[in-house]
Amino acid sequence: MTQIPADIRYAKSHEWAKLLGDGSVEVGISDHAQGALGDLVFVEVPAVGRTLDAGEACAVVESVKAASDVYSPVAGTVTEVNGELANAPELINSDPYGAGWLFRLRPAAAGALDALLTAADYEAVLQAENA
Amino acid sequence: MPFIPHTKEDIREMLAAIGAPSIEALFDEIPQELRIKSLTGIPEGLAELEVGRLMTERAKLDGTPLSFIGAGAYEHHIPSAVWAITSRGEIYSAYTPYQAEASQGTLQAIYEYQTMIASLTGMQVSNATLYDGGSALAEAALMAVRAHRKSTSMRLLVPASVHPHYRKVAVAMAGNQDLVFDTIPYVRETGRIDMAALTAHAGEDITAVVIPQPNFFGVLEDVDALTDWAHAQGALVIAVVNPTSLALLKPPGEWGAKGVDIVVGEGQPLGVPLSSGGPYFGFMTTRMEHVRQMPGRIVGRTVDLDGREGFTLTLQAREQHIRRGKATSNICTNQGLLMTAATIYMSIMGPEGLERVAAQSAQRTRELVAALTRVKGVRKAFDSPHFHEAVLLLERPAAVVLRELADRGVLGGFDLAADYPELGSALLVCATETKTAADIDRYSAALAEALRAARAA
Repeated sequence: MTQIPADIRYAKSHEWAKLLGDGSVEVGISDHAQGALGDLVFVEVPAVGRTLDAGEACAVVESVKAASDVYSPVAGTVTEVNGELANAPELINSDPYGAGWLFRLRPAAAGALDALLTAADYEAVLQAENA
Repeated sequence: MPFIPHTKEDIREMLAAIGAPSIEALFDEIPQELRIKSLTGIPEGLAELEVGRLMTERAKLDGTPLSFIGAGAYEHHIPSAVWAITSRGEIYSAYTPYQAEASQGTLQAIYEYQTMIASLTGMQVSNATLYDGGSALAEAALMAVRAHRKSTSMRLLVPASVHPHYRKVAVAMAGNQDLVFDTIPYVRETGRIDMAALTAHAGEDITAVVIPQPNFFGVLEDVDALTDWAHAQGALVIAVVNPTSLALLKPPGEWGAKGVDIVVGEGQPLGVPLSSGGPYFGFMTTRMEHVRQMPGRIVGRTVDLDGREGFTLTLQAREQHIRRGKATSNICTNQGLLMTAATIYMSIMGPEGLERVAAQSAQRTRELVAALTRVKGVRKAFDSPHFHEAVLLLERPAAVVLRELADRGVLGGFDLAADYPELGSALLVCATETKTAADIDRYSAALAEALRAARAA
């Protein structure tokens, strides 16, 4: 069963976004996305300091099957990237909402997450895709 | 299973499945005014016998001139075994072997090719070929931009002594993708990259520096110093090399303190006939750290479910058959057959054979330059070490002299007037292991006559 934690927000393109205590936003790909891609073998994260628009392609997750773009769910400036993924891309498969996070950014505007999907909305998106 | 997959019944069923009335209807979005109703000016078909006769007559028009033209395509001896083996059914295909279970012969040949070319260039990984040397340089430029994530300039420094066709192809293929190619001049006395002009770019954001070895003039560059300078600026280094020369020269993987990042070149000298300019194949090798940005096919060795060794395409997640419009490249394998020939050529020659070809070519060129510069009105353009080509300056226009030589059955070289007008009347000449002392004497005598004729005209 695909996990969709209720305390974070989602994008239709299967990224998740989590508001951290310091006001920054952590971004990763959903459990559904990692499952669809299969075993990840390589991850390309954005450069720290890069300014992203909402919906901008900024990372690449490559599995044995395909390389897919990751789109930033919100606009902002990249403050940190998950260096662990260079040596252990499988963290995205094993812990997509935790150790498998991709990057953190300082959002350009407060409340940026409000425009994203809730867990219930995202679940509806997945159901529609399967229908 | 028949080789031709679509019977009339298949076509009817497929059209019915998608609800199209006819194949013609699939093209209805093409406006009528853009369609050609019928082909004109195409003669009726000929029988095999007639075609054979026609081609024999046409081939005779070429004659059998003695060629001293290099300039990117080189006449080397190709052992008969190369093409006899290449045409065997197990490996005779130009196409990408996606279906590993049906293509082990082709896949293993590609794997062996990659191993050989990686070893020859001193790099860790090779792709299974590009179209030619020029498109290989363009792909290397695009790859450097993808691989060098800290550089945002998309700017490459390209010496004027890189093959002019390669530079044009690189601009044509990558120029409209916002890449900038800045030309670095050469020194008129030496034919080498102008270090002062190059080092004037110190401190700038440079994505990559291109280093030719030998350069288009046949001249050997100080590749160690050039590589180290480029790396000190934070730029990647793209080497453009002649594969034959690598049997003698230091491989690009060992240039300078760190070695270069990407190596490209024209593979034609490795067993591919001149055939009026193509088809040839381009090669590309790189370091493991850049492998995911390398375009094209890569074959890997693996084991199947039963633990038996086998070969298959690998690292294809960014290629066109998977990523479509977002692919790293749109490279097809129509050069696969030429790559197979190169693999067989390299395996027949071995490192020792290739070294003898390279050494003899360099020696013959030294003898050629010595003989031709004894002719009145001919001198060397550059005072630098060279491989198997050299630039000569003539006291009469090269085009006129070449016409006179052609009348005497000699193709005297490549006229540099169009690409390097500043050199005046300059001729790029080449001798490989295929030329004998008698051939060189014949050229030398013909050149003396040609110049006399040109003076008299």
